[in-house]
Amino acid sequence: MKIIVPVKRVVDYNVKVRVKPDGTGIDLANVKMSMNPFDEIAVEEALRLKEAGKAEEVVAVSIGPAQAIETIRTALAMGADRGILVKVDGPTEPLAVAKILREIVKAEEPGLVILGKQAIDDDCSQTGQMLAALLDRPQGTFASKVEIDGDHVMVTREIDGGHETVKLDLPAIVTTDLRLNEPRYASLPNIMKAKKKPVDEKTPDDFGVDVTPRLDVIKTADPPGRTAGVKLESAAELVEKLKEAGVL
Amino acid sequence: MTTLLIADHDNAALKDATAKAMTAASALGADVHILVAGKDCRPAAEEAAKLAGVAKVLHADADEFEHQLAEPLAALVVSLADGYGALVASATTGGKNFMPRVAAILDVMQISDISAVISPDTFERPIYAGNAIQTVKSNDAKKVITVRVAAFKAAESGGSAEIETITPPDADATSSFVGAEIARSDRPELTAAKIVISGGRAFQSSDNFKKYLEPIADKIGAAIGASRAAVDAGYAPNDYQVGQTGKVVAPELYIACGISGAIQHLAGMKDSRIIVAINKDSEAPIFQVADFGIVGDIFQILPELEKAL
Repeated sequence: MKIIVPVKRVVDYNVKVRVKPDGTGIDLANVKMSMNPFDEIAVEEALRLKEAGKAEEVVAVSIGPAQAIETIRTALAMGADRGILVKVDGPTEPLAVAKILREIVKAEEPGLVILGKQAIDDDCSQTGQMLAALLDRPQGTFASKVEIDGDHVMVTREIDGGHETVKLDLPAIVTTDLRLNEPRYASLPNIMKAKKKPVDEKTPDDFGVDVTPRLDVIKTADPPGRTAGVKLESAAELVEKLKEAGVL
Repeated sequence: MTTLLIADHDNAALKDATAKAMTAASALGADVHILVAGKDCRPAAEEAAKLAGVAKVLHADADEFEHQLAEPLAALVVSLADGYGALVASATTGGKNFMPRVAAILDVMQISDISAVISPDTFERPIYAGNAIQTVKSNDAKKVITVRVAAFKAAESGGSAEIETITPPDADATSSFVGAEIARSDRPELTAAKIVISGGRAFQSSDNFKKYLEPIADKIGAAIGASRAAVDAGYAPNDYQVGQTGKVVAPELYIACGISGAIQHLAGMKDSRIIVAINKDSEAPIFQVADFGIVGDIFQILPELEKAL
């Protein structure tokens, strides 16, 4: 079985983003970029399935600017076998990404596609579900456990109130939640080796997909701010203040 | 054109998220129908009919909807989509699961997690863990929307809409429900609670987490939340997690205990009306958003707080 793992290049998890003063978006100049953390978990899960003998090949796909090659190299350094870069300048919406992935899945015929449950830039949480819909295949979103069982995959999902387990026919689409695994760090030898692994370069036209955004971003603004309040000395004083504020 | 709101429920009852999403659905300006799809879910449909402003409730009862699996639920919603200008669901783990599936089949770019309705085609939504608010206009003819329920007040009750039973389309099943572990608690639901008390890594164990937070929660009728660090460390179950990738809450009172205040955590609670922080590190970022702070050891302050309540 082959596993495809889409990986997105996003602003690093630790960066506090700034809104551009003119309200046209987020200031991305000189900001550290990394692989979306949920996608790292997806790469790790695919590699573990391969190491357990459940999969033969792991293919990392990124859809984004030319620099997204770095994100693919990160996946290759972790242990993915090869990469596909689909170059898109400008914004990528989940629907267009899912359409490109559909064409890649049709060509590659993987048993499983594992994606992050959301990207930490646009926080949409759509791509995996959309891909599953376009392929008319089942989905196991927000996974905290993934087990291949013959022609099926058992996915334990993190849901409001607890967990649930679903059984999906393969091929299937899985999206990862935080506690599925702890991604590995790439070793230096593996980073060197990754440079020699093959990466195919494509464009949306190769797949006949129109990536024109459907949503117009009218403006981007700072959220309403909060200011630090007062420090109190004791729990008794706190209770008094909360009663005054009418919340107790 | 009419708006269709897909209800969040557990068959026996409507979830509070539905009443909040109803407020967002009403703000689109059209009549609102509510779809309640489940198994033996008539009680939930009857509750939906009582929400103020609902014009009609569609009730679909079948085995395949019992556990809200995304595949049959999305197929049902798509089969109804022709008659509606907008499809709306709450951005709970239920809505987030099936709604993008609906959007893709309809070739619509979903607008996720809206926090305000500006006009029927223009919405505000948080991005980058709530560090920026984007205003987006949808160019799709039909709108597919999920709603950040913490940003909307619950619709009042007092309606008496008719309930129409509908027959779902046949579909091949490619997924099935195996089992679930749902925590039962007498405390209010995290996203619906008026008071939330949350714990972080400082608790050091799940025993401490229970021992120090539960008595206070029970005394003031609070729900219990946790930071990602506390959940990752196993001190609290996953569904307690408040933050960018967990639950977003906006209670009247949020008490953060032993939580440093990473931006990802703040994303899940900074819209709370009053924020209290208890932390021994006076430099912790949580104090920058807290209305009231106490610098001190949670193991000393929390028992004092319980006594003072």
